[in-house]
Amino acid sequence: MLDALTVVTAVTALLLAAWCGWAAYRDQPTKDWHFIGMAVVSLLAAVQLVIGVVQLARGEEPEQGTAIFVAYLLGAAACVPAAGFMSLAERSRWGSVTAAAGGVVLAVLEVRLYDIWGG
Amino acid sequence: MTAVSQERPRSLVSGPGMLLVWFYGVMVVGALSRSVYEIATKFDRAPLAYALSALAGLVYAFITYSLVRGGERARRAALVCCAAELAGVLVVGTWTLLDPSAFPDSTVWSDYGMGYVFIPVLLPLSALHWLRRSAAADAGQG
Repeated sequence: MLDALTVVTAVTALLLAAWCGWAAYRDQPTKDWHFIGMAVVSLLAAVQLVIGVVQLARGEEPEQGTAIFVAYLLGAAACVPAAGFMSLAERSRWGSVTAAAGGVVLAVLEVRLYDIWGG
Repeated sequence: MTAVSQERPRSLVSGPGMLLVWFYGVMVVGALSRSVYEIATKFDRAPLAYALSALAGLVYAFITYSLVRGGERARRAALVCCAAELAGVLVVGTWTLLDPSAFPDSTVWSDYGMGYVFIPVLLPLSALHWLRRSAAADAGQG
């Protein structure tokens, strides 16, 4: 369950990065649709955080330690919202690049999460 | 390219600066949380490596703060810190390659930041470029 969600979140994060990267390439700021996309990815990361905590509460142990696992879950949940607010403040192509970078960073975090959980 | 240079307030976070702040912010969280965890749980294993990661995190935090704060003094301070950061990455990166035994565990700056997709070595280069360009633009506008 958690592994599947990790993969889905990573893939959607990369799609978001490509989409925002395309906007940057066309010299456009992020628009409403991009923010809806960011909301979807953020929601996935938030659900992942909840499920991860539930798994821990059930007594399951991440392979590389609980503290690191929780830290990465929190980081993953905060990643795209933070980049989204920054792209809201920067209404140029560079805001789009920042949002795209947020997606890439989230994808990297998901890969690490996969390892930490021991999937 | 046109939209970026038209208005330039004192802020250093307009245009490409925003992307820099994002990456510096990520590195602050990454380096600091990592070193806090390592120092709290297993400091004796590789004290040098963990202390260097903590130092890297503090340098990143200061640069991020300077970029957000803006203004000429903050720009100069950030410039100095980026140069120090670049020197740190190069020195520690070379050190880890020449004398791996000094580092039982890796640091943020090990192998020139390979564990972080070489962002630690690319970031100060782009930041130095950006900070110098902001100065040139300011001077040009009077």
